[in-house]
Amino acid sequence: MRAAVIQFPGSNCDRDMAVALDKVTGSNSPTQMIWHKESGLPEGLDVIAIPGGFSFGDYLRCGAIAARSPIMRAVVDFANKGGYVLGVCNGFQVLTETGLLPGALMRNAGLKFICKDLKLRVETTASDYTSGYSKGAEITVPVAHHDGNYNADAETLAQLADQDRVAFRYVNNPNGSTDDIAGILSENRRVLGMMPHPERLNDASLGGMDGHGLFQSVAQAFVNA
Amino acid sequence: MLVRVHVTLKAGVLDPQGAAVRHSLNSLGFEGVEKVRQGKVIELALSETDPAKAEAQAGEMCEKLLANTVIENYKIEIV
Repeated sequence: MRAAVIQFPGSNCDRDMAVALDKVTGSNSPTQMIWHKESGLPEGLDVIAIPGGFSFGDYLRCGAIAARSPIMRAVVDFANKGGYVLGVCNGFQVLTETGLLPGALMRNAGLKFICKDLKLRVETTASDYTSGYSKGAEITVPVAHHDGNYNADAETLAQLADQDRVAFRYVNNPNGSTDDIAGILSENRRVLGMMPHPERLNDASLGGMDGHGLFQSVAQAFVNA
Repeated sequence: MLVRVHVTLKAGVLDPQGAAVRHSLNSLGFEGVEKVRQGKVIELALSETDPAKAEAQAGEMCEKLLANTVIENYKIEIV
């Protein structure tokens, strides 16, 4: 698997994401870091990760400016051709702002920044991101966000449910997200956006391994391919 | 030409910030405040001098960046 991480001014989970990806890609293909001003992507990428952080200072709306940067045009093309794109936290906000994922992420209902470990329920294993978990499994993953309150109209929510596109739900909803939604998939199931940070739980000595299954699952998709 | 864009949350979209402002106003003694909705005002100084064209340009800017039409409405005012 060949992976890349996009870096914006204000990204701050980019290196953690690269470490998590490197763990499953191996030393033969280190994760490439791509600056937002690049207009094209390197050839032969399998997975692109949009990391957490506060791109462009969250100005205007979280992820709004990053979503219109030159590199994101290339990422949208990549996704539309069937490429795998993972957006975590600010990355999820960027993906909704590009329209690759439906809905929007708004200010937490309690207005506070939330930084803590939370239980997530794996709602579907029918994706290359979640195939390594068992359906209904509860995993512990940290959240760290001020704007993670997922909002979508009734039609979109019905579509997400009908197409089994809710990847993760909060066991105890921390931020007011509609339908307890913590992460959703695109229609082709290759774009995943989620507010919690799986890349932060990839080392037993740093709190646990509950996030590792996600990266292992994606890597497995390319071993099998 | 100065164009003012008002971006507001769509009806039905929860506005926790507006709710907090209302709560604060109530606690200051403004008891008649029943609802607060918070939005943004964006002023654009455009080189365009034709009002209709300026409005059209601002509309395109709203659709592409200034508003997230999933959750927000916008209104354009030529100043």
